[in-house]
Amino acid sequence: MSKFAVKDHDLVPEHALLTPEEAEEVLKGYGIEAPQLPKIHVNDPAAKEIGAKVGDIVRILRRSPTAKQSVFYRLVID
Amino acid sequence: MSLTGKDVADRLEALHLPHNIRETMRSELSSVELSEEQLEAIVSQVEEDYRHSMVEPCEAVGVVAAQSIGEPGTQMTMRTFHYAGVAEINVTLGLPRLIEIVDARKIPSTPTMTIRLTEEYAHDRDLAREVAWAIESTSLLHLGSIATDLAEMNVIIELNPSAMEQRKITVEEVADSLREETGLAVDQKDGSLVMAPEEPSYRDLLQLVEKIKKISLKGVEGIKRVVIRKEGEEYILYTEGSSLRKVMEFEGVSPGRTKTNNINEIGEVLGIEAARNAIINEATDTLREQGLSVDVRHIMLVADIMTVDGEVKQIGRHGVSGEKASVLARAAFEVTVNHILDAAVRGDVDDLKGVTENVIVGQPIQLGTGDVKLVARR
Repeated sequence: MSKFAVKDHDLVPEHALLTPEEAEEVLKGYGIEAPQLPKIHVNDPAAKEIGAKVGDIVRILRRSPTAKQSVFYRLVID
Repeated sequence: MSLTGKDVADRLEALHLPHNIRETMRSELSSVELSEEQLEAIVSQVEEDYRHSMVEPCEAVGVVAAQSIGEPGTQMTMRTFHYAGVAEINVTLGLPRLIEIVDARKIPSTPTMTIRLTEEYAHDRDLAREVAWAIESTSLLHLGSIATDLAEMNVIIELNPSAMEQRKITVEEVADSLREETGLAVDQKDGSLVMAPEEPSYRDLLQLVEKIKKISLKGVEGIKRVVIRKEGEEYILYTEGSSLRKVMEFEGVSPGRTKTNNINEIGEVLGIEAARNAIINEATDTLREQGLSVDVRHIMLVADIMTVDGEVKQIGRHGVSGEKASVLARAAFEVTVNHILDAAVRGDVDDLKGVTENVIVGQPIQLGTGDVKLVARR
C-alpha cells in the first residue's frame, strides 16, 4: 500500500501555497499585514505536505456547510 | 436579444457572492431566456438581498454565538452515555461532551474511533472481522487463562488453541513477547506456558500475574475493543480507545474515511484545518443527538477562534479568555487578583478597546453604534 497522504483524508481541505505576488494581492485586498492572518504551524501535517516554509501564506479551500466552498488564508509560523 | 448560457455563467462568476448562491443562480437561470437588462435586474436584486442578510459591522457575533449554543445547552441532559451497537461501547454525549470539546481536552473521557474499510473489506463480514481482530489489542486473558501454582512457585498460562487460531497468533509469538516484556524465562509445556518470578516469593508471584495480564501481545495498544456494525451496505468498525496514526496504516482500513473523536489527535495527525472540521462535526453531532438544532455558523465561529493560532486552544482560562489583551477583561473573568497584581508588577497599560474594560470603567462599549467614530473635516 502506498503511503497515506494527509490531503486524501475527508477532514482535510485543499491547501495550496501562494506565490509572493498572490500573497501581496491577498493582503492588499484585506488591507492587512501578514501577521494579522490566522496561523498554521510549519510542522502541521497538511502544511508539511505542500512544503510550506515560515512566512509563506497558505490558501485553504474549505468545504463550507453554508457557502459550500470558502477561501481561507493562514500564515505559516514556526 | 437574449443572452447565451456562457454570458450568464461569466457574469455570475464575476460576482462577489458565496459559491452556493452562484451555483443556485446558474442552475435556475440556465433554463430561461434572458435579456441583458433582465439579468442585471436579477443580479442586483440578489446582491441586495445578500447584503441585507449579512451580519452588520460591529455586531457582537461572539456573544450571539455564546448565547445560541449556551441556551440549548441548558436543555441537555447532565450525564448521558450512548451505546454504539449491541456490544456496549461507551461514548460520552450531551453536556459533558460539549464541555469536553470547547475545553479542548487532550484526551476525551471516552476516546472512540469510527473505522471505515476499503471497498474489498467493507462488504465482507469475515474480512471485516479479520481487520477488527488485527486492530484489537490482545492480552493473555483473550487467549486463555492464567493460574498460579503455589507449591512450585510458578505461573501457568493455559492457551486456548481456537482463540489463538482466531486471532492469528502462535504459542511461540506469545512466549516471545512475554520474554521481551518481563525479561524472565518462559518454558513451553504442551500448549501451556510456565513462568516463575526471579525470587520465589508469594508477593512477586502475584505481581507477575498482574503484570502479564496487562501486556499487549498483538494489535494496537490502547484499543481495548472493536465492534463491527453494518450500516447500509457497509461494515464499519467502532473502537473503544483511539490511535488514529496506527490504525490508518492497517491493511483493509480506508485511511481517508477513518475518524476519531479525539480532536487533539486529529490536529496532530491531520493538521489544524482537519481539527477545525472535527470540532464543527463533533459539536453539531452532540447537539443533534440531543434533538437540539444550533445554526452551524455559531459553531463555526467557535471552531475558528479555537484554531486561529495554528493549534487547538480551549475556550477558557488557558485559552481564548486567558489570552485577551486587556488586563481588566482577564481580571473580570477568573483569578482577578493574580491578573491585576501581575499587570501592576509589569506596568501594563489597558487601551480600553474591548467590551468588558469599558463596562468596568463606565464608558460606552465599542460595539454596534458605539464603535463608530466621527472625524471632523476642517
